[in-house]
Amino acid sequence: MKVVLKNLTKKFPSRDRKSHTDVIAVNNFNFEIPDGRLIGLLGPSGCGKSTALNLISGLLKPTEGRIFFGDEDVTDLPPENRGIGLVFQNYALYPHLNVKQNILFPLQNLKGKDKLSKSEMLEKVIEAAKLVQIDDLMERKPRELSGGQQQRVAIARALVKRPKVLLLDEPLSNLDARLRIQTREEIRRIQQETGITTIFVTHDQEEAMSISDRIVVMKEGVIQQIGEPQEVYDSPANLFVARFLGTPPINVFEGQVQGGRLIVGEDTVMQIGGVADRQVYVGIRPEGFVMKEDGTFHCRLDRVEVMGRDISVVCTNAASVNPTVRAILSTDHKISLNAGRKEEGTYVNFSLISRKVFLFDKETEKRIYFGEKGL
Amino acid sequence: MAEKVIEQKNMTAYQKIEMTARRRKKTAAVITYILLSVWAVIVLFPFYWMVLTSVKSYSAYNAEYIPRFFTLSPTMQNYVEAFTAVPLGRYLFNTLIFTLVTTLVMLVVITLAAFAFARLEFRGKNVMFVVFLSMMMIPNELAVITNFMTVTNLDMRNSFAGLILPSVMSVFYVYLLKENFEQIPDSLYYAAKVDGTSDLRYLLRVMIPISKPTLVTITILKVIECWNSYVWPRLITDDPDYFLVSNGIQEIRENGFGRENIPAMMAAVVVISLPLILLFLVFHKKIMEGVSRGGTKG
Amino acid sequence: MMRDKTINSGLKGWIYLLPAVLFLGVFMVYPLVDVLVYSFEEGYNSASQTYFGIGSYNYAYVLRDPYFLQALKNTFLLVIITVPLSTGIALLISLGLNSIKPFRDLFQTIYFLPYVTNTLAVGMVFMILFKKTAYSDGLINLLISCFGGEGVDFIDGPYWAKMFVLCIYTIWVVMPFKILILTSALAAVDQQYYNAAKVDGTSKFRTFARITLPMISPMIFYLIITGFIGAFKAYSDVVALFGTNLNAAGMNTIVGYVYDMLYGDSGGYPSYASAAAILLFAIVFTITCINLLISKRKVYY
Repeated sequence: MKVVLKNLTKKFPSRDRKSHTDVIAVNNFNFEIPDGRLIGLLGPSGCGKSTALNLISGLLKPTEGRIFFGDEDVTDLPPENRGIGLVFQNYALYPHLNVKQNILFPLQNLKGKDKLSKSEMLEKVIEAAKLVQIDDLMERKPRELSGGQQQRVAIARALVKRPKVLLLDEPLSNLDARLRIQTREEIRRIQQETGITTIFVTHDQEEAMSISDRIVVMKEGVIQQIGEPQEVYDSPANLFVARFLGTPPINVFEGQVQGGRLIVGEDTVMQIGGVADRQVYVGIRPEGFVMKEDGTFHCRLDRVEVMGRDISVVCTNAASVNPTVRAILSTDHKISLNAGRKEEGTYVNFSLISRKVFLFDKETEKRIYFGEKGL
Repeated sequence: MAEKVIEQKNMTAYQKIEMTARRRKKTAAVITYILLSVWAVIVLFPFYWMVLTSVKSYSAYNAEYIPRFFTLSPTMQNYVEAFTAVPLGRYLFNTLIFTLVTTLVMLVVITLAAFAFARLEFRGKNVMFVVFLSMMMIPNELAVITNFMTVTNLDMRNSFAGLILPSVMSVFYVYLLKENFEQIPDSLYYAAKVDGTSDLRYLLRVMIPISKPTLVTITILKVIECWNSYVWPRLITDDPDYFLVSNGIQEIRENGFGRENIPAMMAAVVVISLPLILLFLVFHKKIMEGVSRGGTKG
Repeated sequence: MMRDKTINSGLKGWIYLLPAVLFLGVFMVYPLVDVLVYSFEEGYNSASQTYFGIGSYNYAYVLRDPYFLQALKNTFLLVIITVPLSTGIALLISLGLNSIKPFRDLFQTIYFLPYVTNTLAVGMVFMILFKKTAYSDGLINLLISCFGGEGVDFIDGPYWAKMFVLCIYTIWVVMPFKILILTSALAAVDQQYYNAAKVDGTSKFRTFARITLPMISPMIFYLIITGFIGAFKAYSDVVALFGTNLNAAGMNTIVGYVYDMLYGDSGGYPSYASAAAILLFAIVFTITCINLLISKRKVYY
């Protein structure tokens, strides 16, 4: 079932009684989710992503715009008639019911011709429980389960009615780091096995990138960019997206373009074709640095963090917007750094990998494309 | 003794401090236990006396100028008397009906109201809630006068309806339950909504089971209140067929057994006190917890 | 997040609320208005339901009625004696309970027992303990004479004796609630404060005065306020000791006066009852406000 959002807008009346301006939680959303895909709705907290999810679920009614499931307009349908499954951040399991009863609960609401016999219900419950691999925990109460197990029960409960669309609201944020990785792989597996169109809300970019077919990056109710995770990472549409994706985060500098050269601080760091002279923000991914004796980009060395697979060189630069500049280098560079560490005020020289360098307009913060690739 | 003195001499200063501290602690503990026991006796003694007197025979009791603290020839005769000479069984039955019906109706009324306040949105909700809260400050005594007139005019004196109806509403319990309902996470409600659960079904299948401890507490407190209620039943009944135990016992006292039959009176007192004491012994943890969460007597 | 109200419709809420509103309206709100009206209707006749005029005569009558003045005096005496005394003893007992471990639950359970008992029923036990009859002086009088005192009939005897037994019984009745509240308040004080005080070598008394008391002061004030309200509304325990004809015994309370005016041998005067009830409410309200004002200044929170 594909999901289409057309001009979807949600305004809330302002909490502040004095100002009568509405808060626009979701501003003019237009996008299409192809059938059977997993979409990550990504943004910092308060960006309206949960509101967007609740609009799709029907728990909230949009101020403007329409929602289509397939070709059917579901905008005015109540949640129970939309054929959706919803998983909450805190799982929302009924604490007084055991696992089996929790999964059974949605089926017992069916009325009329949809009503199932007891054995049919049980069959469906077992099927859903098997899918998420909790069929051996059926008699336990939610409080007797670990966070990961509770999450599986919540997913099973959302899936038991065979929804057309599965909605997950921050499903991993209450789990510890190890379980989070395990569970997100699990969600990916279940989604691929069932082929249900899935929308996944998260503030964790790593989470979204790792399992989504496509990600939608949001800020203050406005979609910033939609695309495949790698594509968005490699080619952010604006400074916000560039900063939001990637760990460690992108390094941002103030710079300027002058006669086809990119100048950061006092260094001319790159040759740039086809960009008029202007003030810019320069974003450089940590992996975009290469240490070279004759590198054109100079930074004062602060410390070196050894991570095993690679090393992180932390330095400072007067033009940097962030307090420190972080470069990630492969371990081959170890020797040359050891020599420099002893002295105060050692400078390191980098040259830059041009596809890891992004320019953004200082005013609009929009991406300025350069070079022949034109990414 | 002599050895001990030597021991003491050999003690270091620290040991001496330790020993006096221990001795002091012990004395304090002993005094505490004595005082606590004294109060326990004061609390329990009336109960003991009531049971003791109830098993003394009428003649034996009246023959004791100096009351004895025990009896060697306990008799159940007073209990027989209590049930036969006065309609004690009737009083108990009336009280049971009154207590059960009042508590049940109240539970329904307050659960619906608490659900509306905690979960539903409607125009005038906040105003209504303020009205409810302000009613908590109004003493019952103010309402009793008009209620007495209302029930009398409606010709409901000496009827269960007249007894029960003015007693079913309790603003305080609505408040208590509403607070409890509000602690249930919103997401449970939304999860149920997505599954097509109606509000009523959500209340019955999710909220009530989760709030069971609070509902049990409220039930117990209301049962105690009903069982012991005196003022309203006294105003509204003068036909002994509708007396509750409190009025019954007062009636027994004032023109009960034809003569001052204290042992039989005490037997009646034991009988009417026993149900609640048994309830208390079974549920004492729950009752005390419930009361400390904000109940007051009566 | 779910700030808007699309999910619930307006009518549904009122339907759920309806029974409660009905009961509240008929048996609480309407009576409040009505009682005010009654209290100003002069010469109300309950048989014909007519009255002569509107005025403050009912209040004037009640305030001059010697029975009411007696009831007022009794009630004030009862309040002034029992509230501080019961709160103090309850604090002492709670401190004791808090300092022991073995038998603590047992003691607590025993202490709570009077809460669940029928005030009328146990009042009768107190009556026979204190009463002097033809055949026996009663247990308490015998104890007094054991210690060389002179026996006195506490139930039908002099005023001070009746007041004494009333106070004793009232304290006995209100104790469970106070002990329970204070023990839980004491138990809720963080042990860390005590540990800190111990390390500093603070004396027991100082610890109590400077740590324990301030920490539980809100609860003490709560008990004092509810104690005042409860004692002002004393009635059924008085009936238990002295019977229903309280005016004759000279032991009536304000609430008793209200009910006697309303119903019974001297009843049939709802206007006087209303005026007295409103006077009671005014007294309770004033004292509660004064209490709250003091507590605002004194309580440490």
